[in-house]
Formats: sequence, C-alpha cells, structure tokens
Amino acid sequence: MTVLQAGVLSLLQDSGRYGQQRLGLSTGGPVDSVAFHYCNRLLQNPNGCTAIEISVGGLQLLLQTDTYICLTGADMPLSINGEDKNRWEVHRVNSGDILRVGFARSGCRAYLGVAQGFDIAHSFGSSATVVRESIGGLHGAPLQSGDQLPCATTSDRKQLFLPAADWPRYQNTLTVRVVPGYQQSHFSRVEQRRFFGSAFNVSRQCDRMGYRLEGPPIDCEIQGVLSEGICHGAIQIPPDGQPIVLLNDRQTIGGYPKIGTALSLDVARLSQLVPGSSVHFAPITLHTAHRALDLAQRFVLQRPLLERHS
Amino acid sequence: MLYLGDDTDVNTLAQVQAATAAIEQALGDELIDLVPSYASVLILYNPLRSHRHDIARRVRGALASVAATPTATGRTVVLPVYYATETGADLEPLAARAGLTTAQVIDLHCATQYRVYAIGFAPGFAYLGEVDTRIAAPRLATPRARVPRGSVAIADRQTAVYPSESPGGWNLIGRCPTPMFTPDAQPSMPVAVGDSVYFEAIDRARYLALGGELS
Repeated sequence: MTVLQAGVLSLLQDSGRYGQQRLGLSTGGPVDSVAFHYCNRLLQNPNGCTAIEISVGGLQLLLQTDTYICLTGADMPLSINGEDKNRWEVHRVNSGDILRVGFARSGCRAYLGVAQGFDIAHSFGSSATVVRESIGGLHGAPLQSGDQLPCATTSDRKQLFLPAADWPRYQNTLTVRVVPGYQQSHFSRVEQRRFFGSAFNVSRQCDRMGYRLEGPPIDCEIQGVLSEGICHGAIQIPPDGQPIVLLNDRQTIGGYPKIGTALSLDVARLSQLVPGSSVHFAPITLHTAHRALDLAQRFVLQRPLLERHS
Repeated sequence: MLYLGDDTDVNTLAQVQAATAAIEQALGDELIDLVPSYASVLILYNPLRSHRHDIARRVRGALASVAATPTATGRTVVLPVYYATETGADLEPLAARAGLTTAQVIDLHCATQYRVYAIGFAPGFAYLGEVDTRIAAPRLATPRARVPRGSVAIADRQTAVYPSESPGGWNLIGRCPTPMFTPDAQPSMPVAVGDSVYFEAIDRARYLALGGELS
C-alpha cells in the first residue's frame, strides 16, 4: 500500500517491544490493546500482527495488491473508493482501490489492519514505532505521504464482523480502576480520599507517553524517590499535584511519587479520551484486578464474530 | 516491585545486579520484562499465565540464593571527553559557582571512578555516580530545548552522556565522541548497569579524529 495522506498521527504498531527496558527502551505498542486485538482477530491473523494506529484520523492509502482490511477502535468514517464501509468488519480490497479514514466522531484511536499484517522489519524484536526514540516502524517516525507499506497478497479470508451491539462505546466520561501501590503510604488518608473522590479532566497534554489530568491538587509527603521502574498505567503525582497516567511510550524509570496503577483495560479506554473528558478513579484490590483481566480474556476479548456472505 | 535498599551505594547496586540475574534465571520465559534501577527491580509478568503467589515464592527463592554481600560485577570502560566551552556551555559557570578553575573541574570529573547505577530516561542514557561534591551542581531552572548528542553533563551528584539529541536540564561540561547507543550494534551500548566508568580528557583535534561533532 502507498500512503497518500498520513493524517494527524499514524504509527505502525505490533504488540510492543518487551525485554529491552533495561536499555531504556519504551515498550510502545497499541494504546488501545482491546481494539488492536479485535483488528487482528477479525482478520484471522495471529495475535500482535503489525497494524496502523491512527490517532484522530485523516489517513488515505492506495492499494497495490489484493487483500483484506479491517478498521476497529474510534468512530472514524471508513470508505473504499468513496463508498462507506462498516468498521469492525473485514473488507475485500483490490489493487488500485483508495481507502480513506476520516476524522474521529467519538474516541481518538483506530486500528487499520491487513490480512497477515504489514511486513515491517523488527528493531529490538518489534515493529512498534516509538517516535521519541526514533525506533520502529519504517524509519522510526510517523507515516508520511509516499511511504510504501509492504503487505502480502491474500485471497482466503472470511469476511467476519463484530455485531454493532458489541462495539465499544467511546464516551467522554470514564471510571478508571486503580490498584493502590508504589508510594501510596506517602499520601495521607485525606489526600487519598481526594484522589478517589474527585473528578479530573483530561488536559491538552495527553499523548502516547502519558495522560496528564487536571483537578484538585493531590499532595504527597515526599517530593520524589530514587528513580525506579515505572509500569504501564502507573499514576505519577508530580509536585504540582496533577496526576499523570503513564502509557506505552513512558520513560522506563523515574522518580516522581506514584499513588497506584490503573488497570490495563481502563488505560486502553483512557487512551480513547480527548482533552476535556472527565475521569474518576476507583480503588480495587490486586485480586479484583486479576479477576477483571481474567474475565476480559474470556468474554470481552472473545465476543462471537459473525460472517458476511456476499 | 522489589526494593533492595533506599540509597545510592555500591553494595545496593551489587544486590540489584545479583537479584536481576537470579530472578531472570528463576522466572525464565514467564518474565515479560525486568527493570533494574538504583535500589529496586520492577518485575513484569502476565497474571493470566502465572499466579502472583507463585511468582512471589520463586522470587523469594531466587533472592535466598543471592549472597548477602555479592561482589559487584562489571567491566571498566574509559570514555574520552573534550571539555571546553564550545562543547560544554555550563563548564565556566559551574566552575565559577564552585570557586574552581575549569581545569580543576575537569581534573575532579576525571579523577572519580563512576559506576553505572541505572539506564533509562532515553535509550542508552546511563546514570553514573557519584560526582565529587565539589563539582556537584543542581539542574538548570529552565531545561534546554536541545542538548546535543554526546553531551557530558552533571546533575547533583550524577553525571551522564546524552546518547542522542534531546531536551535536558543537566549542566553541560563537554562532549564524548563515543556513541552511547547504536541500535544495530551488538551490544547496542558501550556500558551496562554495574560497569565502572572513567572519563579521560582529550583535546579538540583528538575529539574530531574520533568522530566528534561540534554543531
């Protein structure tokens, strides 16, 4: 495929770069792992095949082979040669077709996948693009017009779709479940109650590295700690008291105090929020978090797919 | 998260190194990633595949096999530095504040055997400690938007070489021509956590001959 228009921010992503954090490399990978999972599942690809993460929208591609594509995630209008197509559905495409992804009406990240995935060379074991590190993708950068995206000719895919009733709804309010931890004991009971009892707004400083929120300042007894590993979803409270939820492109270590860690399923939903959206935090135990992941694995990620017979 | 101490010191560093190796051995492919730092190791595993109690039991087992005072391992690496105002914009102000000449600052920076305590912030960014208290300097009030690749810098009692051009708030005192991060090379970094590092002053001609850049 050839990129005709790259859109606001379009990045090649596989499931992420693991085992390299001690070199200082971020994991990268899809910020909405649920929508990414469905993109490959619908296309009958193995887990983690390389797809394009489209933030906000505006991507146009010219097909140069016959294959199948699928768009999942945020509500961005999809058309093939000017004809509107459903999201969350596998579509047959042919050489010469023009594929357009418009701008998001709800949510802000969509995944455009192709049968067998895009064939991108690995860097440190992954194709995931981390722009800050200039690593992954085609040249360590977002897609640019003129880029050639290698993908295989495919003729044997079922035209599966996820029924609309099962599509995630991307709204502008969200409750994020949090396992308290890290430096939790350095936040007084009053500050913890303020954190879990207040509404926060997504600020304009929200990207693949982290989502900075605005709300009543949360005070910590300590200014910082000796730099330590930061996991996906960790919630930092810098000296200004405004929480930052850390996402895929976060730095590997850091020294701001952390009040806990957001559940990965909710971090995926958070990454779909645009500035101004409202967020609440709810404390859960580690046991509840693991049970929620287990349930998601068996139900949320395994909803039945139907086949379109044309 | 495993804490092995709460301070920057070589004994804790040796514990972190030994624990990292032992945990890697004990958890094998159930491990997603390990992030060692100054005094802690972040252990990442898949809770759908491994039970947390089982992971905790095996981590405890692995730690029991680590000696109480492990000997620090690591190689010794010498990094050449061209210390000058043209490569280190903060060299003169840092010397003035410390009441030293720039030559004395350079001598003190070169006289210490540093250890790599952690790698992070950016690919290949190695935190080296500890800087002689006479030349320790706080971070700039306003970070620079652009710090050139190879810049050698001081923040408090830490020193580092910027592996690539990036924003940064450390005090710049010179530049090192040795690439600190080469994605295609094996290994991709000249140093690893636990290694000892010495800095060696070189002149402008040698810096350029070694591939150093002045832009």
